[in-house]
Amino acid sequence: MSDDHTTSDPTTDASQVRYDQARYVNDGQYEPLLSEKDQTSVDISSDNNDDGDGDSNSPLPDDLTRDELELPGLSEPELARHYTRLSQMIYGIDSGPYPLGSCTMKYNPKFTEDVAALPSAAVHPDRSAESIQGTLELLYRLQDYLGRIGGMDAVTLQPPAGAAGEFVGIRVAAAYHEHNGEGHRDEVIIPESAHGTNFATAALGGYDVVSLPSDEDGRVDLEALEAALSENTAALMLTNPNTLGLFERDIEEIADMVHDVGGLLYYDGANLNALLGRARPGDMGFDVMHYNVHKTFATPHGGGGPGAGPVGVVGELESFLPAPRVREADTETNAGADSEKPTYELFDPDHTIGKVHGFQGNWLVLVKAFAYIARLGDEGLTDASAKAVLNANYLASQIEYDVPYGPFHHEFVASAGDQDAADVAKRMLDYGVHPPTTKWPEIVPEALMTEPTEIESKDTLDRLAAAFNAVAEESDGVLEDAPERTTARRIDQTSAARNPRLSWHELAEEDT
Amino acid sequence: MSFDIPDDRRYLESHEWALETDDGTVRVGISDFAQDELGDVVFVELPDDGDDLQQETEFGVIESIKAVSDLYAPVGGEVVAVNDDLFNAPELVNDDPFGDGWMLEIDPADTDELETLLSADEYEAQVA
Repeated sequence: MSDDHTTSDPTTDASQVRYDQARYVNDGQYEPLLSEKDQTSVDISSDNNDDGDGDSNSPLPDDLTRDELELPGLSEPELARHYTRLSQMIYGIDSGPYPLGSCTMKYNPKFTEDVAALPSAAVHPDRSAESIQGTLELLYRLQDYLGRIGGMDAVTLQPPAGAAGEFVGIRVAAAYHEHNGEGHRDEVIIPESAHGTNFATAALGGYDVVSLPSDEDGRVDLEALEAALSENTAALMLTNPNTLGLFERDIEEIADMVHDVGGLLYYDGANLNALLGRARPGDMGFDVMHYNVHKTFATPHGGGGPGAGPVGVVGELESFLPAPRVREADTETNAGADSEKPTYELFDPDHTIGKVHGFQGNWLVLVKAFAYIARLGDEGLTDASAKAVLNANYLASQIEYDVPYGPFHHEFVASAGDQDAADVAKRMLDYGVHPPTTKWPEIVPEALMTEPTEIESKDTLDRLAAAFNAVAEESDGVLEDAPERTTARRIDQTSAARNPRLSWHELAEEDT
Repeated sequence: MSFDIPDDRRYLESHEWALETDDGTVRVGISDFAQDELGDVVFVELPDDGDDLQQETEFGVIESIKAVSDLYAPVGGEVVAVNDDLFNAPELVNDDPFGDGWMLEIDPADTDELETLLSADEYEAQVA
């Protein structure tokens, strides 16, 4: 790297550039599509029916069949290099730190992939319970692990994502109220600073949303809560620590207030990473919770394939959980079997809300979550939450941006002050790090919501802080032109939203 | 920053404007301040002709690259016209919020409702 760059070029401080992105821009074009690299026309018409109008032997109508296909004819190395170049143009948790707040982004240990790839993990979902005892035992033990981690009495593993878990949790709460002749409860209370999914969940569950303002120190305003609670309250949805990383210190009083009016307390598990092994939502008075295994238990995150959002409940709500669940078979069923070893069976809870996904949910994701929890154990999980909180506090202490609310736990929300938080984020890309979540929660002006997680070393946190601090010193002009060093420059979000190109065909048409 | 607030029309606290037209209908849109706060508008969802609206209830949704917001009716009544141009060119709301970026025309059920809205001066005091 040369020394004669202008001051706006981040390479002038070489210590901060560790994660350079690959660039393969050729005449303004990025990596070409496979079909652009080579188009070989393949004749697929059948010999004796070459009427140029499709295959007449096909049961499909003629206008849905073709005589010819254009398929790329590329060698293996050409194909491998194509995908390798594409992979070098993006930035992921395998490239460097990824401190997005409120959606814990941590490294997924690769051994969990090995476990999920074991031949014995490939189980046909229609096999009889007797023939898949090991599978059922794993599910049963994961239910048990998650229940103990969250302080919940029963867990369903079926919901296929965090938001799906929220929806299931609210449907379970609704079924509970209905069962108790309290179907008139039509309101769900949610703090303004909550995740957007909470509002969507309540609305999708058929509830009116009552929005709760935060108090001066960023926590639930007890007076506002008192005013919002009524005989129509079905539930209060809370995240703890909240989206500012602040622990809701009044949680026991909040729980009493909600329970006094007959409502349920819902725990959004997005920030469970801060509590592992130290505090349990069940002990705080929560009645229902979902677990984001992709956040807390290191399974693949958005875009990484199918997910899972298990839901835990207290005993009173157990009979409403989705069907089927896994349990130990009772001793009568066990007669004749190996008396030392329990057997497992599927069952439908008495007042189940029904199925919310196929079979047992996304089994291989659950295998990864189980493997992660089993590998870390009690001590490892407790250590993870300690380091998550320590790392967030260390990083915050090293950056020059103001952090208005505290004391915080696993994440903090800095303010970009007079700078535009979105521009700050774009500029951080030039320093080879992924930026934090920006402009949310809105309670902090120009928010930079940062969660380094437990996986980062002090060295990485120092480099991250150096990137924050370098950007903090820069002018609006430099920020507005960023990013300069990424494969793609500033994305035109407005055009993308107004004139979306949803297929590569449209891209190809524009080029011709 | 100062915003355009024409005094030929009245305003809702939620930033919609209402303009009485010559034929007695009420034209509705959002203010210059509102479009600036929202940023680039990318989608506007509007009711159908003939729909009945109540004052200060939702009549549609506006989406920008920054936020999604509900739109509220300044007066109640029947929807007699919808600005179809916004479906293909939502940027009209940004470019000309008080003109070509209009959204609805309502045949007001009760013209007294117009009097309950903010004057330009009162609205200016709110957004200042």
